Amino acid sequence: MSSKTVMNVMLAFYMAIFFGFLFGPLIVMGVSAFNTSTYPQVYPIEGLTLSWFDKLLNDRDMVYGLKNSLWIGMWVVVLSVPLGLAAAMMMSQIYSKARSFYYVIVVSPVLTPGVIIGISTVVFWRDLTTATNSKFLYDGVFMAVLGQSSFISAYCMLMFMSRLNRFDRAQEEAGLDLGASQTQVFFHILLPFLRPAIFSSAVLAFLSSFENYNTTTFAILADKTLTTVLAGRVRQGTTPAISALAVLIIAVTIVGAIIYEIVKRREDRERQARLDAAHAAELRELESIEKATHHA
Amino acid sequence: MLSSTGHPFIFLLPVIAIAIFWVMAKFEPKPVGVTKKSFFERNGTPVAIYLIAAVAFWSLFMIVLPQLFMVEMSFRPKLPPIEMGGPKDLYTFENYHYFIYGSTTSSDAINWVHIKAFFLTIFASLLVAIFNFALCYPLAFYMAQVARPARVRFLLLLLIAPYWVNEILRAFAFRIIFSSGGLINKILLGMGWVDQPIDFIGNDIALYAGLGYAYMLMMIFSLYNAIETLDHAQIEAARDLGAPWWHIHAFIVIPFAKPGIASGCTLVFMLSAGSLAAPLVLGGPRSLWFTPILYDRFFQAFNWPQGAAYAFILLLACVSFVLLVLRLGRLSLGEIAK
Repeated sequence: MSSKTVMNVMLAFYMAIFFGFLFGPLIVMGVSAFNTSTYPQVYPIEGLTLSWFDKLLNDRDMVYGLKNSLWIGMWVVVLSVPLGLAAAMMMSQIYSKARSFYYVIVVSPVLTPGVIIGISTVVFWRDLTTATNSKFLYDGVFMAVLGQSSFISAYCMLMFMSRLNRFDRAQEEAGLDLGASQTQVFFHILLPFLRPAIFSSAVLAFLSSFENYNTTTFAILADKTLTTVLAGRVRQGTTPAISALAVLIIAVTIVGAIIYEIVKRREDRERQARLDAAHAAELRELESIEKATHHA
Repeated sequence: MLSSTGHPFIFLLPVIAIAIFWVMAKFEPKPVGVTKKSFFERNGTPVAIYLIAAVAFWSLFMIVLPQLFMVEMSFRPKLPPIEMGGPKDLYTFENYHYFIYGSTTSSDAINWVHIKAFFLTIFASLLVAIFNFALCYPLAFYMAQVARPARVRFLLLLLIAPYWVNEILRAFAFRIIFSSGGLINKILLGMGWVDQPIDFIGNDIALYAGLGYAYMLMMIFSLYNAIETLDHAQIEAARDLGAPWWHIHAFIVIPFAKPGIASGCTLVFMLSAGSLAAPLVLGGPRSLWFTPILYDRFFQAFNWPQGAAYAFILLLACVSFVLLVLRLGRLSLGEIAK
């Protein structure tokens, strides 16, 4: 065997182990959702059933938690995307000596354990609402939104920063020279340019919020989200109904991923079409100039 | 001792910091001849107001003030609500004292249980980070330098897919696999390799595997992003000059990818040390992880100041780790947090 084949065999072996480790647990869980045995197991298959799904849908806490999770996720998107955008735009404009200080502060939530973010959010709002006599704000959903947004905004900021790096300031200048106000430049030039980043950061924000546990479990107080209900269930004992939930989530995300991919591809195609059109127009222009010079 | 009514002071701290920077900016000598637009002129008034309001709200009310309040609380005694702000509400080190020496009623001189859990958490998180690096490096290198773009795209999709599934469900999957009636024990028993199921959960093997699994993606992406920017010609050149494959990795790829390695290891370390879901689901009855102890301070002992003190200790450990990595790798924070 040549050394190249040895390398290829080793690579294949490594890939098999890696992706086995990656997907094995999910496959095991997926299979156990359809097995009739009351303990989630893959082997032996005692019979196929869908009753675990039925049980899941009749679990009132889970359905309530799911609604809460969706509601919180929506508010996190509404809050984090604009905050992340503002923070990213501020980065290039802030007083240069304060910049590294500012950077440390806004990036710190990414590097702070989620547990600590949850705790500090609760401690702060408890004291603040007591001091200002506004106890109604000491609310689980409100604090879960704020606690999650604290670090999700930082994710969004990082995405906007990398997109803004590629922004051509000449576009802004052109707009201003043609008489647009700064506000018009923001809405008609900058925001359209940032659209892909807005879309992806909104998706990321929602998913991070939906699956968050560490921050939420403190911030939510006595209220529930899907993940906190789930954690309680898993701690109490294992039932295949939890596997069934995993199967549903996987199914939904596969559909979501496909839709995301289609949208992305269509945007790519549209951009390509625009570029082609611009290119063709340029060619026509060149041709006409050439003709004109020939005639002359 | 100081009476603990420090809230107005805490509110002033960030205001003072902003004021100092503002004054510095105002009095900075401006380059002659260049007229710089003011912040409001550059952005237009409505956008400028949005920027300032959003950044101020986020950085003050969602990041800085909560952290400061938590630290302040950690120095306060546990009191019933009625006595808060009363004569007994004095700043104290008792919560930190408890972490080291335990309660006064305990017979042990030192609070071994909590201290051990703390160091075990730090040590195990470090191991998880190193293990993850070893596991992910070959794939990251393959994707960044060897594979064709179409295949990279496909592999990325495969990698991301499991992470759409909730952290708790992922931990649950490991529970199914590793429990005493689980898949691995069934296989081992069926093959006749063992006569009794192995207690993977009690031995924390399930926990470490679950933690490693949970944060693999962070490592892969950090490494991939760093290695991808390496010019392939450098590797070719080394190969042409007769460098063996491990020289290429040890002296070209790894030094080049240092920021990515540092950022991957930091992220995995932080996430493991601060993870709560995996230890709650996969931790055995005897297993000691620091975050569940922290959790119990709040929800079983109902001692919030003590919980805040424990959280601050964890935060300090994480901050020291980041500083250490930055120092060792001679990196800046901007290179790590990307």
